[in-house]
Amino acid sequence: MMDLNSNEREKSMTQTMATIFPRSCRSAVNQVRAFHASSVQNAEARLKTFAVYRWNPDQPNEKPYMKEYKVDLNTCGPMVLDALIKIKNEIDPTLTFRRSCREGICGSCAMNIGGTNTLACISKIDSNLNKASKIYPLPHMYVVKDLVPDMNNFYNQYRSIQPWLQRNDVKEIGHQQYLQSVDDRKKLDGLYECILCACCSTSCPSYWWNGDKYLGPAVLMQAYRWIIDSRDTQAKERLEKLRDPYSVYRCHTIMNCTKTCPKGLNPGRAIAEIKKLLGNVIEKEKPGLNTTALQN
Amino acid sequence: MSGMLKVSSAFARNISFTTLNKLGLPSIVTRHFHYTPSGKAAKVSEDISKQYPVIDHTYDAVVVGAGGAGLRAAYGLVAEGFKTAVVTKLFPTRSHTVAAQGGINAALGNMEDDNWQWHMYDTVKGSDWLGDQDAIHYMTREAPKAVIELENCGMPFSRTTDGKIYQRAFGGQSLKFGKGGQAHRCCCVADRTGHSLLHTLYGQSLSYDCNYFVEYFALDLLMEDGECRGVLALCLEDGSIHRFRAKNTVLATGGYGRAYFSCTSAHTCTGDGTAMISRANLPNQDLEFVQFHPTGIYGAGCLITEGSRGEGGYLINSEGERFMERYAPVAKDLASRDVVSRSMTIEIREGRGCGPEKDHIYLQLHHLPPEQLAARLPGISETAMIFAGVDVTREPIPVLPTVHYNMGGIPTNYKGQVLTRSGNEDRVVKGLYACGEAACASVHGANRLGANSLLDLVVFGRACAKTIAQENTPGETIGSLKPNAGEESVANLDWVRNASGSISTAELRLNMQKTMQTHAAVFRIEETLKEGCHKMADLYKTIDQLKVSDRSLVWNSDLVETLELQNLMLNAMQTIVAAENRKESRGAHAREDYKDRIDEYDYSKSLESQQKKSFEQHWRKHTLTKINPKSGEVTIDYRPVIDETLDEQECATVPPAIRSY
Ligand SMILES: Cc1cc2nc3c(=O)[nH]c(=O)nc-3n(C[C@H](O)[C@H](O)[C@H](O)COP(=O)(O)OP(=O)(O)OC[C@H]3O[C@@H](n4cnc5c(N)ncnc54)[C@H](O)[C@@H]3O)c2cc1C
Ligand code: SF4
Ligand code: SF4
Ligand code: FES
Repeated sequence: MMDLNSNEREKSMTQTMATIFPRSCRSAVNQVRAFHASSVQNAEARLKTFAVYRWNPDQPNEKPYMKEYKVDLNTCGPMVLDALIKIKNEIDPTLTFRRSCREGICGSCAMNIGGTNTLACISKIDSNLNKASKIYPLPHMYVVKDLVPDMNNFYNQYRSIQPWLQRNDVKEIGHQQYLQSVDDRKKLDGLYECILCACCSTSCPSYWWNGDKYLGPAVLMQAYRWIIDSRDTQAKERLEKLRDPYSVYRCHTIMNCTKTCPKGLNPGRAIAEIKKLLGNVIEKEKPGLNTTALQN
Repeated sequence: MSGMLKVSSAFARNISFTTLNKLGLPSIVTRHFHYTPSGKAAKVSEDISKQYPVIDHTYDAVVVGAGGAGLRAAYGLVAEGFKTAVVTKLFPTRSHTVAAQGGINAALGNMEDDNWQWHMYDTVKGSDWLGDQDAIHYMTREAPKAVIELENCGMPFSRTTDGKIYQRAFGGQSLKFGKGGQAHRCCCVADRTGHSLLHTLYGQSLSYDCNYFVEYFALDLLMEDGECRGVLALCLEDGSIHRFRAKNTVLATGGYGRAYFSCTSAHTCTGDGTAMISRANLPNQDLEFVQFHPTGIYGAGCLITEGSRGEGGYLINSEGERFMERYAPVAKDLASRDVVSRSMTIEIREGRGCGPEKDHIYLQLHHLPPEQLAARLPGISETAMIFAGVDVTREPIPVLPTVHYNMGGIPTNYKGQVLTRSGNEDRVVKGLYACGEAACASVHGANRLGANSLLDLVVFGRACAKTIAQENTPGETIGSLKPNAGEESVANLDWVRNASGSISTAELRLNMQKTMQTHAAVFRIEETLKEGCHKMADLYKTIDQLKVSDRSLVWNSDLVETLELQNLMLNAMQTIVAAENRKESRGAHAREDYKDRIDEYDYSKSLESQQKKSFEQHWRKHTLTKINPKSGEVTIDYRPVIDETLDEQECATVPPAIRSY
């Protein structure tokens, strides 16, 4: 398990026990998903403790602390996000976190759950009632409030790699499709699916210590996605921009990034490929089909 | 497993570094860096509130929303030289466009001979002849160009063996005006088309100089002398108020699926734009038309794309019967969505539902080759496993018709200009545009065809930019704002933040969602609709008893959810009242007490001996609703459907007919 130095933080933790009982609330079927659980509504409550990191900048003198909430799993959906929403709806509306799609595609709800960076909406609640589930914001990010980290540096880094198709021969956009062979398209699989949740980058020790200069796995994987796109002609230029001691070379192949990615992607490998390209160990392959065959 | 993550002073804040790396990146800056992208554009005033600092900005154009529609409009505007602000409550790639799976329609003809006029025909038929044919003409004609443009920007489309964009079969798409069989017109990126589209558009927008205001919640339009002069927004990060004064405002805020209990929509689909329109005393159009997608995962509501049926999957009932063959002998499982959702509901009602409660239907995919599932439907295979515990290569997925899309919205013409009615004429609201799901052009009429929405986003997002460019020049002077413009919205904000009644936001929201789910569902009938209207009216009255617990100014999500609830309530009220009012069945609006579609003629018979019904007597017309935000009272007006295309030579009107699949 990853140790988030939680002991230290728990010292300043205020133990607020907020408990909800099975039928005390009219909204027993609060979450859509909760009606999965409807058949067991009358069963004995299965109270699970969630310890959630809290910090409100409006109270600058108050240190961050862990707040405990008890949730009856019988009336809660299966995912950690369901529990957080239930807490917000029924116990403590001040609890603050990002969420949107609730199906693991928007990347809003990235946080550190039980020591792992992941998406709350697709991470199943650990049903062991004897153990509290600990929830922190993404590590090593500035916290705006509670579980909401400041993502601006991450977004700026993404912007810096110029994530759009670049060609040296564009005549008119929207006139004809570029051709791309099925094999060339396959090279983008496992790269383009990234949802920019930053779980990987914020699990990377190099990124923690050099996040200002090292681009981190998520952004580097997107850099690679454009470098190897058979339709993009600017691979050289893109690579040159990355050729400095920090942007790429702070990666020491620790592979935390790949281990943690909630979408099962492999940013560690993408970085390794960039290093090979930078070191001229490999070269970008020529497109399998004449990209502009339909153009003219 | 590893003790690698050591966090010590991880949460120290507001340290600023000034190092630049090779990319010229101003590394970790202080947290307030996105506050005022352009120093000159902003100034602080205390005119409307001493408690909330107000910062004034001036732009040529402001776009509200950064989903597919907003992004396309925004970079189109920058490309035309307009200084543009994009105000969005979510970071762009978190917008709900990201969740679209199936694809985007365009008659590219990569799989078989195709023709955009056939696409036009299908869309008009799909709309059950409530769509405006000038707008449909425009959209289907522009579709190939729009999709190629996306491809040229780098969108990673799936490919055919000859390297072209792969196109799959999708619901309601035919060849040769319905006579040539199923069309393969839906361009896709596996089953992650929306994700790729949104990321491509966002990437593209970064190559332009858009001024992003991310995690800014738009509160209201700034209307003066019947003109829109910008928008008022709340910065979530610090609770400051921002007045964006702009010659042109584009609303692209998406739909309001969250008015219902079970929906495929994100938590953030709360109809803020349509609600802003209502508060500006402008009408919304056709809100009673709510699309139920046939295949939301039972319980979770997450979507399983129609593309799964396009790839060969089908629906079965508890008897293992492929029942769509009975309801739609030709199109079968790929009939239009309203048709499939109704058929499923009938199966369940007649006792042939699946599962222990007999309350859902199975979507079967395991007869398809596993390689095809892995290549074309990887995303939904994963979703089915996570949310239904189902391995699609072995078992069927439990599904149920689930609220999915709002055909209705802000009425616009095909150029994206917002319309209102005066003296029985359409009148353009100066300075105001809308596109995407928030808008109603109306290309979808009474029922949207799958994969026509992503198309709608890019075509009309671009149209808004083009219209603005045609009618304005960058840097023009803007009509003045009253010094206290926006005062009312700030007063409401303040009220909400301090609301200390007895009903929590979550409780009222749940009651509204349940009421809408029960009373304005797939099948509708007078009695339940009336009861629903009363219940909603009662709920509306309880808004002033709301209780908000978080009083903070920083990232106050309790406050935002309550503002969103106010917006949802405005949308929901108009939806159910309009549904009760429409005494016919058309597209997604299926009345059990008025089973027929009521047009100016009865198109099931020969027209010769028929008298044309007057505008008052038939229902082939758009509903326009306004609502009094104080009382919740809804008033209804109508607008004729536009049957004329943009050019009869290029593309003739599709005359109304009986709709069967
Ligand atoms: C699960 C799912 C699958 C779908 N699949 C398909 C498909 O395969 N093909 C297809 O054609 N269509 C599909 N659709 C429909 C289509 O995806 C949506 O209609 C479309 O994406 C809406 O895009 P939009 O740009 O209008 O709004 P959205 O993408 O919802 O974006 C709304 C934007 O407005 C902003 N916003 C909202 N309110 C405010 C406010 N108050 N202040 C500031 N900003 C605000 C948000 O931040 C966001 O950026 C699908 C829909 C769903 C739910
Ligand atoms: S492999 Fe590189 S990027 Fe990934 S965690 Fe390790 S150092 Fe970071
Ligand atoms: S690579 Fe994975 S963990 Fe990293 S940002 Fe993308 S989706 Fe998230
Ligand atoms: S809410 Fe979208 S990824 Fe979790």
